[in-house]
Amino acid sequence: MKRLLDWFDQRTGYRKVTHEALHEPIPGGARWRYVWGSTLTFCFVVQVITGFALWMAYSPGSQTAWESVYYIQHQMTGGWLLRGIHSFTAQAMNILLVLHLMQVMIDGAYKAPREVNFWVGLILLQLVLALSLTGYLLPWDQKGYWATKVATNLLGIVPFIGADLQKLVVGGPDYGHHTLTRFFALHAGVLPAAMVALIVGHVWLFRRHGITTKKPHKKRDSHFWPDQVLMDTVACLAVTAAVLFLCVRHKIFGTAGPLGAELGAPADPSEPFSAARPEWYFLFLFQFLKYFPGSMEIWGAIIIPGIVMFVMFLLPKLGETQRGHRFNLALLCGLILGSGWLTWQAMKQDGADPGYRLAVVEADRDAHRAAELARSPDGIPISGAASLLRADPLTQGPKLFAKNCASCHRFDGHDGTGRPSVDPQTASDLKGFASREWLAGLLDPARVDSPHYFGATKFKEGKMVKWVKKNVTAYTPDQKAQLQKVIMAVSAEAGLRSQNSADRRDAAAIKEGAALLRGDIGCTECHAFQKPDEDATAPLLTGYGSRDWLIRFISHPAHPDFYPGTRDDKKGMPAFGVSQILDAQSIGLISDWLRGQWYEPSPRATK
Amino acid sequence: MQPETQPNADAPAPEEQRREFLKKALSVAIGGATMVAPAAAGLAVYLDPLRRKAPPGKFVRVTTIEALPADGVPKKFPIISSREDAWNKTPATPIGAVYLRRTKEGALQAHNVACPHAGCFVDYKPEKNGYHCPCHNSTFELDGTIADENSPSPRGLDELKIEVRNQKEVWVHFQNFYAGHAEKTPVA
Repeated sequence: MKRLLDWFDQRTGYRKVTHEALHEPIPGGARWRYVWGSTLTFCFVVQVITGFALWMAYSPGSQTAWESVYYIQHQMTGGWLLRGIHSFTAQAMNILLVLHLMQVMIDGAYKAPREVNFWVGLILLQLVLALSLTGYLLPWDQKGYWATKVATNLLGIVPFIGADLQKLVVGGPDYGHHTLTRFFALHAGVLPAAMVALIVGHVWLFRRHGITTKKPHKKRDSHFWPDQVLMDTVACLAVTAAVLFLCVRHKIFGTAGPLGAELGAPADPSEPFSAARPEWYFLFLFQFLKYFPGSMEIWGAIIIPGIVMFVMFLLPKLGETQRGHRFNLALLCGLILGSGWLTWQAMKQDGADPGYRLAVVEADRDAHRAAELARSPDGIPISGAASLLRADPLTQGPKLFAKNCASCHRFDGHDGTGRPSVDPQTASDLKGFASREWLAGLLDPARVDSPHYFGATKFKEGKMVKWVKKNVTAYTPDQKAQLQKVIMAVSAEAGLRSQNSADRRDAAAIKEGAALLRGDIGCTECHAFQKPDEDATAPLLTGYGSRDWLIRFISHPAHPDFYPGTRDDKKGMPAFGVSQILDAQSIGLISDWLRGQWYEPSPRATK
Repeated sequence: MQPETQPNADAPAPEEQRREFLKKALSVAIGGATMVAPAAAGLAVYLDPLRRKAPPGKFVRVTTIEALPADGVPKKFPIISSREDAWNKTPATPIGAVYLRRTKEGALQAHNVACPHAGCFVDYKPEKNGYHCPCHNSTFELDGTIADENSPSPRGLDELKIEVRNQKEVWVHFQNFYAGHAEKTPVA
């Protein structure tokens, strides 16, 4: 072995190089405060390794970016861990950068003759921030899409060249394929290559001038290897442990949240995203912008951050005197505390804003649903995953209901999305429409004229209400049992998924109920049921609450099958289909949602 | 680099100096020339987006008048139109969204949902009877004007032209505008 290494050394001179590299003298001995530079290098290496692996599975493109990241996160072995490590190490780097900068400043390692190295360090800091910013977009989820939109729009306010600059970064006048290809080329190619070159320069300059030690020296002098290396590896291990912990923290604490890094719902320019926020380490800049009124935006976005960065480059010059050094430390301290305060303000304001909190809940729900639909047997179509949510009754139903129905109707007392409706209720509450419970309430004398049913409508004193009040109130227990069967029979017409097994189980009672409906209970005196009835004056009970019935009803409530002749343009229900207020797809989505008809993973698939 | 030394006995003859200079100059020139083609080609492609123009604004059918409440409350509509994304053309896909409302006087008004501050999607807030941007808290009145002078948006929401066709169809001239400027300039 020795002979082999001798031969290798003779050919390459590796011993001299490793000796040079490792036998750096450290006056005053190894110390914990010197570990930060090494942890940063370690993080960069981790990012390169995990980044290469991610690259092998990632596909930049409007219809493939989210989809490939979904596949990494949810389908590929270890994918969630890989993304988690990459994402949390990136976040850790931002913290470590601040610690490294603080150590360098406090120990005076930025002063002459080390100015150039300090500048290289500042550029590296900006490269890390640029890597964070570009990486945030790559999953092409709502979060990254809207955050990047803000960041690139800010570029547009640069005087004269702003619009062109924005076009170059975005890859055209609009966000799309080329935004992703460009951000990816920067993120995985240009920026890391620049980082490697500058890290080499940074370390070389550092070795050229030697370490700036903290005085007084308390221990005897030692060397980088192995004393400092041991401390560095321990620090790197701590970073790794923190990153791994963050990856699995939800699992450990049993809280709701993803394994590894988040993946939001696919980007959609027509879908609002009120939870849009940059990554937490950019929150201070985000918050800063709030304090500048319109005409002053350029100060908050460009001029002041630019001045701060410029002053940072001057610190070595300012630090030549003892007073200057103290000033620098005070400045750094002020910047860090100021950024911390802004970050805290941003978080505090968001925490106190119920609208924002609800937006986050909805964002999480959409993210979860998008992944669920992507896992469904139909999978992701070639047109991309954004179309999955657009065609999903569970996602679109509440929004469509809130927009088109909730100005009169309610859903479980709210507007469908969980928000209170601002308009007074003038129509029924449609939660569980056509289900047995819903119909039982309708046929309950105590409830039929409550706002839940006819109470807020012009039918408050209509025939149905009168009939229920008069007849049902007087029912004997036998008749009540008969009514129960009628309810089953009408409800069975809807064919609701939630009642599938009940409908099958009660087939006999339903048959009986259908007969009673025409006979003793006498619904067909006004309603048509199962056979055409020219004289019907009330809504058709054939197929009541079925998909077809609902679509036809929403499309044209004044149709002879439903409420013929009673329509009053000012107060009646609009003909959403006939008047072209909603297209067929939207009406279908509302109907499916009201009927609880959407894709649900089988219990086995979710495990 | 060593500082220029004074000429001395070891210095090469002027003839040889010239030749040396010529060799150096040629090396730099030829070496540089070899890089021109790849650098130029690369730069051309890199700068290509500057040549790309945003599609001009176009009228898109959004809804019908009946879909708009008569009390001035805005409703949000996606703009479904054709879209070109580099190599893909999609005939009907969401390209943006608008708030549309019918004022109490019966006039129609459309606003692009993008906040003129930094492009976030503004929310309609019924309790404030206006719009609010969830990002940096810009606020707007229902008619799109700035509600709070100190809020970050440099201008009111971007109003879009409307045409009513066939008596009841609402068509909106959809366009995006540069964010962050007091003047409303269409993205080109």
